[in-house]
Amino acid sequence: MTEGQPFFQLDWVLDNLDTLAQRIGEHMLVTVIAVVAGFVISFGLALAVRRYPRLYGPILAVSGVLYAVPSIALFVLFIPITGLSLLTAEIALVSYTLVILVRNIVTGLRGVPADVIEAARGMGYTDRQRLWRVELPIALPIIVAGVRIATVTTIGLVTIATLIGMGGLGYLIVNIGVQQRFPTATITGVAVVVLLSTIVDLGLLAVQRRLTPWAKARGG
Amino acid sequence: MSSSAAVVRLEHVGKRYGSEGGPEAVSDLSLEIPAGEICVLVGPSGCGKTTTMKMINRLIEPTSGRITIDGEDVMALPAVELRRRIGYVIQQVGLFPHLTVAQNVAVVPRLLRWPEARVRERTSELLDLVRLQPSTYGDRYPAALSGGERQRVGVARALAADPPLMLMDEPFGAVDPILRDRLQNEFLRLQAQVRKTIVFVTHDVDEAIKMADRIAILQKGGVLAQYDTPDAILAAPASDFVAHFVGADRGLKRLSLGRVRDLELGKPVTARAGEPRAELRRRLDEAATDYVLLLDEKDRPLGWIGRGDLSGDGAVGVDDAIPGSPTLEPESTLRDALSVMLGSSVQLGVVVDDDERVLGVVSVDAISEVLRTPTTRPT
Repeated sequence: MTEGQPFFQLDWVLDNLDTLAQRIGEHMLVTVIAVVAGFVISFGLALAVRRYPRLYGPILAVSGVLYAVPSIALFVLFIPITGLSLLTAEIALVSYTLVILVRNIVTGLRGVPADVIEAARGMGYTDRQRLWRVELPIALPIIVAGVRIATVTTIGLVTIATLIGMGGLGYLIVNIGVQQRFPTATITGVAVVVLLSTIVDLGLLAVQRRLTPWAKARGG
Repeated sequence: MSSSAAVVRLEHVGKRYGSEGGPEAVSDLSLEIPAGEICVLVGPSGCGKTTTMKMINRLIEPTSGRITIDGEDVMALPAVELRRRIGYVIQQVGLFPHLTVAQNVAVVPRLLRWPEARVRERTSELLDLVRLQPSTYGDRYPAALSGGERQRVGVARALAADPPLMLMDEPFGAVDPILRDRLQNEFLRLQAQVRKTIVFVTHDVDEAIKMADRIAILQKGGVLAQYDTPDAILAAPASDFVAHFVGADRGLKRLSLGRVRDLELGKPVTARAGEPRAELRRRLDEAATDYVLLLDEKDRPLGWIGRGDLSGDGAVGVDDAIPGSPTLEPESTLRDALSVMLGSSVQLGVVVDDDERVLGVVSVDAISEVLRTPTTRPT
């Protein structure tokens, strides 16, 4: 910080709205790719668990271990293989979503009452119809809850992905704010990350409420 | 299968769990369930009654024997197609919480890809049938319903595609006794309209006696102990097991099956206010009985007058009658009739019609006569 410069300069923020928008865009793109990829993989794993319940333990163990590795280490670990690339960042980010998403999807599916499943079988649903028309809709609130946690976590982690050159809001916080000793950028970056997380979280909640009007009656 | 009611036949059906030599849940069971009847499978736990029922819609596959519905082997169809043709009601109802009442009822028609207009029409028809106003209840979610309402929706849902056969697994087992009684009565009224073939599982003998046209009593290992009408089973249990299972009060249970209208009514000696006592004494002597029934001008009973109160001269009046003589209706059960008679001073029950006019009388003797003669259940 240079002498006589104010700690926070609103002018800078207003002058750089374009850059800010660009960084938000980058940040969200990396986040969405990670959550979508993580969801697709987790969904597949959860369906495997639905069919072969004994897979659940090993899958949870592996994804749990992945979750426990410090994020920076995980980013760095893959650099020798995949370089300073989006792929490296996504591999790390997706690994973090797995434990959250698999657990919530499996819990959601297992939470479907046994009598509901028996009624569905007795009325002549095929296995696939039962999954898509009965079990998944009923599991939806818990699945969306998992997606919310995974998304908010990922938005935070993407900030760190800037260390391997992924841009995003982390670029403001670290590259401009810290390295160029310009606190305004750091503060702005952090504030926008928090704001973004909150908006996305509430947005997903609103979507879930819309999709599951029936859950309201039971406080879901 | 026709869409009205189906004949279900079980031929030497068995279910063995595990490999050869494993325990048999059901063994060599043969039953024929006539179209349009309620067949109740009843027995202690472990008797294979639920297993037997679930083999009909192949939620459990039999290991031996053959099950046919209207002559068609259940194994001839893919299981899901078979199940869509059979109504299914379970104890916890199993309504889909994410679907409205109307959508729940429409499940099977939609699986069968009925045109949307027909689905809607059928849905409201069924809600009306189970006495739930479609405009009030159609858009509600199951979480907003009472236990009784949920059970009714479950029955409507099972009837949706007009199946010729319904399977009901302890459908009224999870509700309190008062509600259960009401739901049972409602269901019997409904069945009188729709006349489906129904396989009904319960562990409750009284429910079985009340609901059944025919009862199949199973004992451990899925062995058929007796298969007959409730009246015949109560009148003549086939074994000690059956006698014990239906209970020591089976005589009284039989009485609750019979109705006053099934009895031949006796003709009472009658009188009207103002008739001379001497004349009434003469009538009692002629009929060799001790009580005369006083009627009003519209043939409605005012009460009994005993021989002891007819001494002397003059005319009888309303004041001479023993007040509070209870009356019975043709629809009263024999059990209720007996109870009323035992509680009154004159052990004769006066049966009246809808306008309270006297139809005749029943005596305690007439009722005990019923218990001595094993007859089939009057319908």
